[in-house]
Amino acid sequence: MANAESILKPMVVSPAAEGARPLLDLLHDWIVTVDHKRLGLMYIIYGILFLVIAGLEATVMRIQLAIPHNHFVSPQVFNQLFTMHGTTMVFLVGMPLLFGLANYLAPLMIGARDMAFPRLNAFSFWMSALGGLILYFSFIGGSGLYGAGSAPDVGWFAYAPLTSPAFSVGHSTDYWIVGLLVSGIGSIGTAANIVTTILCMRCPGMTLGRMPLFAWLNLVTSALVLIVISPLTAAQIMLLIDRYLGGHFFDTQAGGSAVIWMHFFWIFGHPEVYVLIIPGFAIASEVIPVFSRKPIFGYSIMVAATLAIGFLSLSVWAHHMFTVGMTSYANAFFTASTMAIGVPTGIKIFNWLGTMWGGKIRFSVPMMFCVAFLFQFLIAGLTGIMLSASPFDWQLGNSYFVVAHFHYVLMGGLVFTIFAAFYYWYPKVTGRMWNETLGKWHFWLFLVGFHLTFDFMHIPGVLGMPRRIYTYEAGRGWEIWNLIISIGVIFQIAGILFWVVNFIWSYFRGEPAGNDPWDAWTLEWSTTSPPPDYNFAKIPVVDSRRPLWDLKHPEDPDWKYE
Amino acid sequence: MKLHRRTGSARWALATIPMGLAKAAVAGTGSAPATPSIFSPASTPADSIYHLSLFVLAICGAIFLTVFILLVYSTVKFRRRAEDDGREPAQIYGSNQMELAWTVIPVLIVVVLFLATARVIHAVEDARFPPGTIEVSAVGHQFWWEFQYPEQGFITANELHVPVSDASHPTPTHITLLSADTDHSFWVPKLAGKTDLIPNRSNSMWIDPHEVGVYVGQCAQYCGTQHAKMLLRVVVESREDFERWIANERQPAQQTASALRGRQIFETTACVNCHTVSGTNANGKFGPDLTHLMSRETIAAGAAQNTPENLRLWIKDPDTFKPGSLMPAMQLQDQELDAVTAYLLTLR
Repeated sequence: MANAESILKPMVVSPAAEGARPLLDLLHDWIVTVDHKRLGLMYIIYGILFLVIAGLEATVMRIQLAIPHNHFVSPQVFNQLFTMHGTTMVFLVGMPLLFGLANYLAPLMIGARDMAFPRLNAFSFWMSALGGLILYFSFIGGSGLYGAGSAPDVGWFAYAPLTSPAFSVGHSTDYWIVGLLVSGIGSIGTAANIVTTILCMRCPGMTLGRMPLFAWLNLVTSALVLIVISPLTAAQIMLLIDRYLGGHFFDTQAGGSAVIWMHFFWIFGHPEVYVLIIPGFAIASEVIPVFSRKPIFGYSIMVAATLAIGFLSLSVWAHHMFTVGMTSYANAFFTASTMAIGVPTGIKIFNWLGTMWGGKIRFSVPMMFCVAFLFQFLIAGLTGIMLSASPFDWQLGNSYFVVAHFHYVLMGGLVFTIFAAFYYWYPKVTGRMWNETLGKWHFWLFLVGFHLTFDFMHIPGVLGMPRRIYTYEAGRGWEIWNLIISIGVIFQIAGILFWVVNFIWSYFRGEPAGNDPWDAWTLEWSTTSPPPDYNFAKIPVVDSRRPLWDLKHPEDPDWKYE
Repeated sequence: MKLHRRTGSARWALATIPMGLAKAAVAGTGSAPATPSIFSPASTPADSIYHLSLFVLAICGAIFLTVFILLVYSTVKFRRRAEDDGREPAQIYGSNQMELAWTVIPVLIVVVLFLATARVIHAVEDARFPPGTIEVSAVGHQFWWEFQYPEQGFITANELHVPVSDASHPTPTHITLLSADTDHSFWVPKLAGKTDLIPNRSNSMWIDPHEVGVYVGQCAQYCGTQHAKMLLRVVVESREDFERWIANERQPAQQTASALRGRQIFETTACVNCHTVSGTNANGKFGPDLTHLMSRETIAAGAAQNTPENLRLWIKDPDTFKPGSLMPAMQLQDQELDAVTAYLLTLR
């Protein structure tokens, strides 16, 4: 391990050490870059930008719904807002943030100097960026900024026949189709790149069985992306044929099928949920061990559970369709397959608990976000079990209960782990530490806001409030809950402000972080912060799942036990 | 449904939480119609789902408590203390016995949940209907409901009338679900789970309400601009009231001399392109049948109470109640509006 020791020697490289260069030069560097770290950061900044936009869209919706019969926005604008909010959060926030993290971290963690296909990487990023721009151009397209332009208003799921020319006049639906088609090409490129990188670029000694779980889980995610984006792309092309070439795939007025669109969409849409949450698991699987000071509990079971989730996730899509009138056999099958996926998910939760058990847990901000994630994901999983019982879903499907459930998964699960990741790897990326006090303010405000909004959102669903309505009747017992839900948004925004201030301030004024501020065990912490262009001066050689543990504890290395 | 007899009492404690919430919500708002809570069922399908949901809630609640206690215990017990010696804790890599335990137990729970669920799926979806079942077709439109009573031979809108069904003389209502345009979903939470209305497809559902009353619900599948105001009322009546209602609905529209001018205007403007008033030359199919308009409590698919003022306002400018509704403003002058409103008020 002599070579890895030399890597560990502190090198003083901080952002301030670079000499001042003309802005245009810097900009040019970023635009033509094929470096995985820069592309990763660009993905992340792109994701954060759209996170803010989609968050603002949600805020406007919550103002509208705070009281019954509100006139803050028109029904047309409200429908455009929930369409854009959903589409943005899934395609322009979730996937870019996860691809960004995988792009930045996966090569570092497996001891590689870049991704397998650096130019494909750049191409994919710019395709995704173009897709986002096309989608958002709709706001100034059509009738322009008057109203909300021709932003799509068909829902992020774009059910037929609302998307057919008869019901969707003009180009709003085309923005949705083309924007996602283009960003889908980017997603496929990056997914292929991540799969290849993780399979082919590992450093000497890093067998599949020694990869950090982060790499394993991103491998599964990217494989899923490769499988599931294709049906969506195919369906979108069919829809374009319907709209412009006189096809009738989904045109019910000419004998087409609305249900076949649902199948196409959800065979993409449900695995997509796992595409979004498995990288969240990946983050938790790195942060929880380091802050508990123990290796991950049941490494191989964790890998097996992830593979099981990935496999099962391809067989559950029609649980989004329990109310479309499938036979009792079909409903029973999708009930069973959906419940089955709870088993590997439960195994993961127990293994994270097993990792914390007997440890010495350090409650810094990344770990706080991860513990909140465990709590929230537990609830999200259990409401998922409730919804998987198809008769229960006949009542709760398309109600606010479902909205609460999947926001618990994607906010309580994914966004919380993404914040954990931001706090955990920020010192590596910038070379500086963030402020702990501001970080804790962010965590607590965001936690309170999250629970005010999404705990109480289950209730109007149980009381019969459907989703996607721009206003509701007074006297149905929904008012007080909607008001509380909307109030929660204020706390979430306050939390986010603390985060933004903290990260910007720390970028310029934060304490230097050093190479390994968390006393962590994976390879990215062996190089400088930020890492040099080539990542590692010498390609490391590893003997176990925790190469830096072996270095720090030569008397008791991991490879003796694996 | 015998599930409720099989499980212990812990379930009831859990069940009271959502029930309590539902009651609190009702108390807070006062006036009728009551909150359409899924936890106060009034018909067999909703009732079966309710009992299943209590069972599922009980199991999920037990899992939640177990894991939550473990999580709280480990965050409290295993946090690093101020007086920590700085040494790493014992490095534990896993345990096959533990993994086996938390794989097998969840599998067993899933099997139990699945079997309980499959029973209810079968009971609701594959139910058989006794003679005397009322047949109704519900057709979804942007953004209102058409109700056809094929056996009785009339059509109405937005307010579905059905007879109460008691155990000794069950008179369930079997509803065929169709759509004239986009996807919709029929959801009256106290009576049954939702089922979608999909163009080019025929779905069905059934209800057998046990109590007389008005049950509210609304479209539960996004169907366009005014999805929010595609409201739904099911009026459950005694057998006699229902027969009386049927007898009235089967009559053609009343012809009164008093509103002749309004009738003339109605029949010579675009109204007739979309609306039917049986016994007249108005036979449009695009909008709700108005033959017995005044027998309904609401207009505009529940968006407004059916009062003369609201009716007049609705004809003058539908956007007042329902912006994006497909009914155009009729551009009538004030006197014409008054006359048409007066005519509609005769359609009892």
